[in-house]
Amino acid sequence: MSTFKVVVSNIQQITPLIKQFSFIREDGASFPPFSGGSHVVVAMNINGRLHRNPYSLMGSPQAPDAYHIAVRLQEHSRGGSAYLHHEVKVGSQLEITYPNNLFALDKRARKHLLVAGGIGITPFMSQIDDLIRTKANYELHYAYRSQDHAAFTSALKEKCAERVHVYVESEGLSIDLKALLSKQPLGTHVYVCGPNAMVVALIETARSLGWPENHIHSEQFLAPPSGEPFKVKLAKSNIEVHVPAEMSMLEAIEAAGVDAPYSCRGGACGRCELEVIRTDGVLVHQDHYLSEADKAAGKKIMPCVSRAKCQSLEINL
Amino acid sequence: MSLAFKKETFRDDYTYQNSAEAIRRFPFPFAEDSYMYSVNIEPHTKGPVGAVTEFAFDIDEHYVAECEDKAKTLALDAGRYQALPHMAEAQWDFLELTMESLSNDYPELFSLKKDGLLWTWENKPLGIKNTFTFGDSASFDMDPMEYMGRQVQGDFVLLDQRNGTLYADAGFITSQADWSLAFDVGMAWHEWHGPVPQVTKLGVMDRALKFLMALQLGAPVRRLNWTMTINPRLDTSPENYPLWGGDRNKVTIDNVGELVHLRVELQSLFRLPRSNAILFSIRCYLISMNELTTSARWAKRFHRVLKSLHPDLVEYKGLTKFKDLTVQWLSKKDDGAEVALGTHP
Ligand code: FES
Repeated sequence: MSTFKVVVSNIQQITPLIKQFSFIREDGASFPPFSGGSHVVVAMNINGRLHRNPYSLMGSPQAPDAYHIAVRLQEHSRGGSAYLHHEVKVGSQLEITYPNNLFALDKRARKHLLVAGGIGITPFMSQIDDLIRTKANYELHYAYRSQDHAAFTSALKEKCAERVHVYVESEGLSIDLKALLSKQPLGTHVYVCGPNAMVVALIETARSLGWPENHIHSEQFLAPPSGEPFKVKLAKSNIEVHVPAEMSMLEAIEAAGVDAPYSCRGGACGRCELEVIRTDGVLVHQDHYLSEADKAAGKKIMPCVSRAKCQSLEINL
Repeated sequence: MSLAFKKETFRDDYTYQNSAEAIRRFPFPFAEDSYMYSVNIEPHTKGPVGAVTEFAFDIDEHYVAECEDKAKTLALDAGRYQALPHMAEAQWDFLELTMESLSNDYPELFSLKKDGLLWTWENKPLGIKNTFTFGDSASFDMDPMEYMGRQVQGDFVLLDQRNGTLYADAGFITSQADWSLAFDVGMAWHEWHGPVPQVTKLGVMDRALKFLMALQLGAPVRRLNWTMTINPRLDTSPENYPLWGGDRNKVTIDNVGELVHLRVELQSLFRLPRSNAILFSIRCYLISMNELTTSARWAKRFHRVLKSLHPDLVEYKGLTKFKDLTVQWLSKKDDGAEVALGTHP
């Protein structure tokens, strides 16, 4: 995967839990432009172990002298967000991938309806720039817990004026999805990013109202869940890799020095799919990508988030 | 590098020819004595100096004549360039990628000066110079894709990615090998791939589509594809079949060397930054049998490849009418000696 070596040029505390990091290229060149909704994967060396976390790019996709990400300090951080919050300083060096877009705007939409919950606002921060620049019709609905979580609200109001609608839960406001989705004109595309419950509720509401499937877009990367340790045999490389409880299978494979494909590292994109040759136990699928039929068949696994409950698992890698 | 551009034609009197240097750098696609369809994708990284893969877009001695031929084809049929409205941003991506590549790689031929969004482009071989506002469609009297499509050798398609697949929503196609709506690249855009023999059953379509949809910014890929054409004709479109289809009947054992051409396409794919679209670029190279067989290795190898080609592929590639004559002609240049692996002359 192509990467940039970057230096942290600025850190801003946006809310008590969210920090925004700005990166410039180590070689001083500017970054390529990107499309709204793109993410990069940030590689961090934490106590000799490589962590790679995906973050949406924010800010203007057009003239990126710097790339910006916003990171929420996770309560049960596996290390990535805590490391960024506590260890990374202005001047720190990191490596990031080129931008990749798994949450692109459909440019044929007559209207774009953006629905964000909490830190789920980040992919929209760049999409909004694209929508404004192309003079597209859009609305942003942004819900968060309390004013303490009001990341970027004033910046958004400045940019989007009356097109942004804010819902503060502690003030008793929440998005009435059914009302919102039923009054949209034909040709509207809806995009949702936020906590799982919100994403699921929106998708289900849209479906129940008869929205065409390809007008519904969502992005939700999962954090790799921990589980019981197991062993995986890599058939082509002919090695056996131990997957500890707190490491994902993908991370363990990488730590063993084997290159495996990935993009989102959160069970959403399908890029990391591996073929299962055999197992003496059961696969624990946790991804959003494989179909129920695929999961039941047990021939494929997404190692970025999924695990196995077994003595051993053999995959074609 | 200094290029001497040839005065030549790709139609009517067909004066197109390759210099000795152009023959040496011809992208001969056969590393082995037999040909099996494969997707054979590799990273589109900087190739050896002088090779057709040295730069992202190859400019060679045929540049000026090929651009003139494009202009003629478009003048006869404006429909060879088409773009749906939602591809506007991808068009600017295409303009930027081609202008930046050409001006960096061939600074003596092309230059791009940027003053914020005010850009000045100069194309010396074609005598073009324009100052325009990047992203402003009122800047040109034509679309950005048509503007640069006329100034880079090869054909171009812009693919929009949505609904879990790729759509060819814009294209500048003036030198296609007998296809118009249908692609024959063997990749996974299911809807436009008619049945490609030997391919569907290999099950490569789904894998290729998945691979392409994961194509990354900054990591373009390429592959070679090939077919054969009678006369060095770029525009072998189905629309113009009456103009070239009959030429297949004119091949005799005495004129195989001049008439029969191997046509190799260097196909490359780039993820575009602003639009998230994919650029599919198809650069065509033509070489006559006389020119090809100046390399004894190539003569032997091509003879063996053609002789052993699967009948389905002979038909699919439209070679039926002249394949046997060509094999017969080539057989005189094949002493049966072993030819080592590799595509070099
Ligand atoms: S990397 Fe995207 S699903 Fe695993």
